[in-house]
Amino acid sequence: MSKLHVSTTVNGDSVEFLCDPRETLLDCLRDKLNLTGAKEGCGTGDCGACSVTVDGRLVCSCLMLGVEADGKDIATVEGMADGEELHPLQQKFIEYAALQCGICTPGVLVAAKALLEKNPNPTEEEARYWLAGNLCRCTGYDKIIRAVMDTAADMREAS
Amino acid sequence: MALDDQKSVFKFVGTRPDRPDGLDKVTGRAKFGADAYAAGMLHGAILRSPHAHARIVKIDASKAEAHPDVKAVVTRADFSDKVEFKPGLAGEFWNVLENVMAGEKALYDGHAVAAVAATSALAARDALKLIEVEYEVLPHVTDVDKAMVADAPVIREGASDYSVPEGLHPNVVRYHESGHGDVEAGFGEADLVIEDSFTTEATHQGYIEPHACLASLGGDGKGELWCTTQGHWIAQKTCAALLGIETAQLRVTASEIGGGFGGKTTVFIEPVALALSRKANRPVKIVMSRSEVFRATGPTSSASMDIKIGMKKDGTITAAEGIFRLQGGAFPGAPGDMTAMCAFAPYDLTNVRQVGYDVMANRPKQAAYRAPGAPMGAFAVESVLDELCNQLGLDPLDVRLKNAAHDGSKASYGPTYDQIGLVKTLEEAKAHPHYSAPLKPGQGRGISCGFWFNHGGETSVSLALSGDGSAQLMVGTPDIGGSRASMALMAAEVLGIPYENIRVTVADTATLGYNDVSHGSRVTYASGLATIKAAKHAVEKLCERAATKWGIPVDAVKWEDGCAVPSGPNAGDFDPLPLADITANMGATGGPISGHFEATPEGAGVSFGTHIVDAEVDPETGKTAITRYTVIQDAGKAIHPAYVEGQYQGGAAQGIGWALNEEYIYGEDGRLQNSIFLDYRIPVASDLPMIDTVIVEVPNPGHPFGVRGVGETGIVPPLAAIANAVSNAAGVRMRDLPMSPPRILAALKSGDG
Repeated sequence: MSKLHVSTTVNGDSVEFLCDPRETLLDCLRDKLNLTGAKEGCGTGDCGACSVTVDGRLVCSCLMLGVEADGKDIATVEGMADGEELHPLQQKFIEYAALQCGICTPGVLVAAKALLEKNPNPTEEEARYWLAGNLCRCTGYDKIIRAVMDTAADMREAS
Repeated sequence: MALDDQKSVFKFVGTRPDRPDGLDKVTGRAKFGADAYAAGMLHGAILRSPHAHARIVKIDASKAEAHPDVKAVVTRADFSDKVEFKPGLAGEFWNVLENVMAGEKALYDGHAVAAVAATSALAARDALKLIEVEYEVLPHVTDVDKAMVADAPVIREGASDYSVPEGLHPNVVRYHESGHGDVEAGFGEADLVIEDSFTTEATHQGYIEPHACLASLGGDGKGELWCTTQGHWIAQKTCAALLGIETAQLRVTASEIGGGFGGKTTVFIEPVALALSRKANRPVKIVMSRSEVFRATGPTSSASMDIKIGMKKDGTITAAEGIFRLQGGAFPGAPGDMTAMCAFAPYDLTNVRQVGYDVMANRPKQAAYRAPGAPMGAFAVESVLDELCNQLGLDPLDVRLKNAAHDGSKASYGPTYDQIGLVKTLEEAKAHPHYSAPLKPGQGRGISCGFWFNHGGETSVSLALSGDGSAQLMVGTPDIGGSRASMALMAAEVLGIPYENIRVTVADTATLGYNDVSHGSRVTYASGLATIKAAKHAVEKLCERAATKWGIPVDAVKWEDGCAVPSGPNAGDFDPLPLADITANMGATGGPISGHFEATPEGAGVSFGTHIVDAEVDPETGKTAITRYTVIQDAGKAIHPAYVEGQYQGGAAQGIGWALNEEYIYGEDGRLQNSIFLDYRIPVASDLPMIDTVIVEVPNPGHPFGVRGVGETGIVPPLAAIANAVSNAAGVRMRDLPMSPPRILAALKSGDG
C-alpha cells in the first residue's frame, strides 16, 4: 500500500511525514516524529495514555488516523512546558507525588490542561468525571485529583 | 540487629522532596519499554492459539518466510533444547519456555505458537496471517473446582511435585498444609461455629504499559536487551537459559517501567525477540497489544475456599480452619501455599489449620500480583469473622483487637513474631473519626485486617563520590513508584550531603552485581539497606582520609553532618572536614572513593494493615459506590511519606476493582471474552473517593532505619473490607467476587449471596 504525505503542526512546529493509511496519529507521533511522550496503553481509546489535543480538542491519538492530522494543530505533552518553565500542572504533579510509575502521566497532564482551559474552576466531581478517561493503576487518583484542584486554584489566583 | 543501634532521629528521612525523575516523567522525556528504537530495527509479532487446549499438529510458515518484508520466523524449535522439564517449580525455566512459545500443545487461549520479524509493525501483523497452524482441539477446563475432579482433562502428566498426596488429580501440582493445636477440640469449645465457602475470580495486574522490548543477539552469542521489567537480572538469566547462551554475554537494561505489581517479574516476549533477532541478524522490537497482555501475561489466580471458624460469646476465636484451592493457569505456581499461610496470620490462635492447593487449568500462567495469594484468603476469613461478629452482636474491631497477633505471638504459619504493628493499626482504626462517623440509609461499613510477609532478596548497590562532593548511587531495582527518591534520602542521611546532590541510577546487568526483582515490597527495605551500608562504606573511607590528613588513628574520627570530625576532645583539635574537601583531593590521597554492599538481607519484617470502608448499594441497579475509605498500615519507618501514602492508596484502589468489577470472563469455548479495558473495567477517577491514609510506624528491627516494605499489604484487606461493607449495606452475605451489579441484584432478590 503506498504511503500518504501529511503536513501538520505539532507543538507549534511545522512537520511532514509519510504514513500508511492504517497508521494511527499515535503511531505517527511516536514512530515518525520521535515524540514518544504519548503512550499506547490499549489502542482502543479506553485508557487515555495517548491523549493529545487536535485544534484544541482532547482526543485519544490511538483512535485517529495519521492522515487525519493533515492541516491540523496538534499539541502533546512535549509542548506543555515553556522551555525551562514547567506548566503549573507539571510542577504540581511532582510536588504532590501525583505519579508513581509515570506511564499515564503524559495523558493525564494533557487531559487536565484541557479541563482547566475549558473550566478553570472545576468541582472535585467534575475533575473526576473529566479524567475518567485516563486510567491510572498506581495512585488511586487521590493525589492526581488533589494536584489538579490545587493547580486550578493557583491558576485562578494568578490570573 | 538490636534496636538500640537503630537510628531514630533524621534530617532527610521522613521529608517529602520532589522525586529525582519527576521532570523526565512530567515532560514525556522518560523512556519506557516501547520508547526505544535502533538502526535497522525489525518489528516482531506473535501468533497465538485461538484454542484453550489443542495439540499442535503442524505449523507451515513457508508463505510467511517467502514474503519479502519478513526477515525471520521462529517456533519452539528455535529455542534451547537443553532446558529440562521437572515437576512443580523445580523446572521453572522449562515452564517459562513452554509459556513463551508452545511446544506440543497450545495450553490456553492466547498461547504463543510462532513469531515473525518484519520490516514494519503492520507488515509483521499481516505476516501472521500467512502462517498456517493445524490444531487438534482437546477438551479444556478453566474452573479451579472442575479442574480437580476425576474426569477433568489433564493439562500435563508428571507436573505434580513431591508435596502432593496420592490420589489427587494430576492437575493438582503442589500441596501445602500447616498449623498448630487441635482444631477439632477448639471447635468444641466455641459458642458459635460458622462454616462457609467463597470464590474469587482471576484479575489482571492491569499496568497501563504493555510489555515491550528491543532485542539484539548476534551470531557471536553476545546480546543486548532493553525491556520493561521489574527485574532485569532475572530476565537476563531466564533469556540466556532459553536461548542457550551464556548469562554474562547478555546485557539487559531496564527501561522506565509503566507499572508491574508483580506482573513484570518474569519474561514473555523478551526471549522471542532475542530468537527472532538471532535468526534475522537485526535488532527486533516487540510491543504487546492490550489484548495480548490480558490473554497471555500473568493474571492472578482464581480461588475457591472453605473456611470454618469457632468463636466464644466474648469474641475469643477458639479454632480456625481453611482450605484454599488456587488455579494458576496451565503451569505450576498458583500461590495456594501463600494464601494458606497468610489467611489467619493476623490472629493469635491456639488452634489453626490451613491447606493450600496449586491447581492447573487452561488459562494463562499466573504471575505475582501484589501480595500474591493473600487477598483471596483474607476475603474469605475476614468475611466469616464479620458474620460471627454480626451473629454474636460484637464490635468487629474489638473482636480483632481481642484476637490480634502481637510481639511474641506464634504465627499461624509457624514462626514467632518479632516486633509487629497490627495492634497499633487496630487502635488507630478505633480512634479514627471514620470508624465512629454516622452512616446514611443504604450504606454499610466494613473492616478487615491484612498481612504480608515482605521479602529481602539478593541485593547489590554501589555508591561513587565525585570530586565536587556529589554522589552517584547505582541500584539494581527498577523504580516503579518513586524509589529513586527514597534511595537518595537514605544516602543523604548517611553522607550528610543534600538530597539534590545525589544522582540515583538503575544500573544495567553489566555494571552492577546481581539484584533480585523489584517485588516482595523489598526495594525500600533491601536496596535501601544496601544503600545505607554502601554509603557507610564510603564514609569509612572518608574518615580514613581525614585521619591520615590529621595524623590521628581512624577510630579517633567520626562522621557528623557531612563532615569528618575528631571523635572527642582527646582526638585532637581539628576543624570539621567537609566531604567535598576530602573528595577534591581523593586522587592524590589514595584514589577514588566508592562504597559497596552486597548481601541477601533476611530481616524484611512482616507488615499488617487495617482498612475501614463505607459502601452504598443501589437496590435498583445493584451498583456499589465506595463512599469513604481509610487505610491504616504499619510502614516501620516512612522514608518518603508521600510515596508510602501512594502505595496505600494504590493498593486500596486495586482492591476496590477486584472486589467490585474486575474478573476474567471465559466462554464455554475456553476463550477469554473481555480482553480490552472497555470490558475489563479497572477503577476510573469517577469511581473512587479520596483514600485517607494513616501511616503507623513500628520500627522493623531488621533495617537500620526501621523500614518495612509497604507495597503489597495494602491490597490484602480491601476485598474483605468491601465485601463486609456491601454485605452490611445489602443485608445479604456476599461470598463471590466480583460483587458486580448483576450479582448483587441476584443476591438481593434471593436474599442470599
